[in-house]
Amino acid sequence: MLRAVFLFPLFFLALLSAPFAAHAAMEIEVVGGAANRIAIALLPFAAAQNQPAPALQQIVGDDLKRSGQFSLLETHGMAPPDLALVGIGDWRSKGAEAVVAGQVTALSGGRFEVKFRLLDAVKQTQLAGYSYTITAGQWRATAHQIADIIYEKLTGSRGAFASRIAYVQKQGKRYELKVADADGQNPRTVVRSGEPLISPAFSPDGTSLVYVSFEDKKPIVYVQSLRDGGRRKAAAFKGSNSAPAWAPDGRRLAVVLTRDQASQIYLINVDGSGLTRLTQGGNIDTEPVFSQDGQTVYFTSDRGGSPQIYRVAASGGEPKRLSFGGSYNVSPTLSPDGRYLAYIGRDGGRFRVVLQDLANGQTRVLTDSARDESPSFAPNSQSVLYATVQGGRGVLGTVSLDGKTRARLSEPGVDAREPDWGP
Amino acid sequence: MNKIFGIALLALTLSACSSTGDKAAVEDRTGGTTGTATQAGDGKPAGNGTETTGLGAEGVKGSAIDGGKFAGDPRKDPASPLSKRSVYFDYDSFVVKEEYNPALEAHAAYLVSKRDARVVLQGNTDERGSREYNLALGQKRAEAVRKALAVLGVTDAQLEAVSFGEEKPRDEADNEAAYAENRRVDVVYGDE
Repeated sequence: MLRAVFLFPLFFLALLSAPFAAHAAMEIEVVGGAANRIAIALLPFAAAQNQPAPALQQIVGDDLKRSGQFSLLETHGMAPPDLALVGIGDWRSKGAEAVVAGQVTALSGGRFEVKFRLLDAVKQTQLAGYSYTITAGQWRATAHQIADIIYEKLTGSRGAFASRIAYVQKQGKRYELKVADADGQNPRTVVRSGEPLISPAFSPDGTSLVYVSFEDKKPIVYVQSLRDGGRRKAAAFKGSNSAPAWAPDGRRLAVVLTRDQASQIYLINVDGSGLTRLTQGGNIDTEPVFSQDGQTVYFTSDRGGSPQIYRVAASGGEPKRLSFGGSYNVSPTLSPDGRYLAYIGRDGGRFRVVLQDLANGQTRVLTDSARDESPSFAPNSQSVLYATVQGGRGVLGTVSLDGKTRARLSEPGVDAREPDWGP
Repeated sequence: MNKIFGIALLALTLSACSSTGDKAAVEDRTGGTTGTATQAGDGKPAGNGTETTGLGAEGVKGSAIDGGKFAGDPRKDPASPLSKRSVYFDYDSFVVKEEYNPALEAHAAYLVSKRDARVVLQGNTDERGSREYNLALGQKRAEAVRKALAVLGVTDAQLEAVSFGEEKPRDEADNEAAYAENRRVDVVYGDE
């Protein structure tokens, strides 16, 4: 029987409400970019006194650059005097396809009004215009939302800048499970432990994390609320409990248990009820992940003699092998749009991110590093977040699906690993 | 403190003596085994025309006292195969090598003799590859050791196979020697 226990949540509540302003955030380094980038004139927003730093256009610009889809024109630091007086024609002659202008006004009570317009420089029309009333604490979130709007209007794909990532940071023998903005900024610690933490995954609605903790001298699966820090054991059976994945309905999990000896995939309700075994046999079946419609589970298995990617109906049945190149393909993840599978493939001793088109089975290696792990798609299916090793230290990376744009997220002196890209 | 402890020890020894009767006891503090500490001669010929004569039961007889709290733990005796707690594996292998048979047989005998004893078999791997897949590989190794002990008569309730995968390396270096050290199952008793 499952022993689902609510653990004392106040400790975690205290952790969540503790001030994290002193925490260093990650540094970002962008390499490459798409062949045909959209040229934007991102004009400085007219600033208000005492507004938070950095300026909004700085955060928006970093987001757009990280996607590799845009080139930003030099704007010489001048804000237009009025949003209605942006000289679109001037920017068009300098090669801009779009112009962004905005302004920040201080309101009473420490709040700010933020207005911005996105203008089509060719048609000389407004593509989007928004006004927000925000607190200083919503500064970065507002910038990410503006970047999302610009991205969607100009590329046709939803933006993912306002989403969040989870990852594990290791410093000496201390482990911290962190949640940060998609750009690695604004990191907040949600679990601290002296024992390893692995495999965090956001619930589909982004309000909870599931993860594996070794604090009880063996791997146990926990589900934790990001609102109040309360958590419970979701799988704590005899043997090892690991590799949790959310079903798209957010009510069930796939987990890997060894209660029947071999590592096998089981489905279980988040409240610990309704345990059913999904895979059969004495080989390793692990790293399950659900398809977006919840009908299929993709996983890693060594049933064919080497670890490869398989899929099986969530209702059970005979698994089908999907990966064929090389003798080591692990850690499958699916794009939210259902078009792609990404996983880690070993080739000549190097572990790299592989993208596979589910329609035709064609594969492409996206990275040129050697120790990649734990891939996870952006919520807009446009890029993949993964862990890798640089200079002997764990760092996070993102790569676009064409492999041409890469960004590194790293913090000096600490190891980052096990990333998951949430909603 | 030492005086009080000395008195307590003396009292314990005296009460132990009184339990064996009037004859002087021979104490065996080396371990928990009981037996007759002094043997009488048996009068058998020693061969080559020489005869020996036994003296009968004139010698004092004693029986050993269980070491109690002073008994050493055989699992911690470096001379005992029970002190061997790690089983090492070849790369990508789950086969328990023959060289570990004596140690596993000793652990099995200990567990069979003490049905309330519990062990956790902790599987480990080197750091290369997926963390979750390595967790499953470590489990497969722990499971191999669990099966070896089960075949030798240890009950299911006494055994739990778990895995740390690559998460708790004994040697954190990034080289072949460290990888070999980390491809391992540790036998850990529940009361340790």
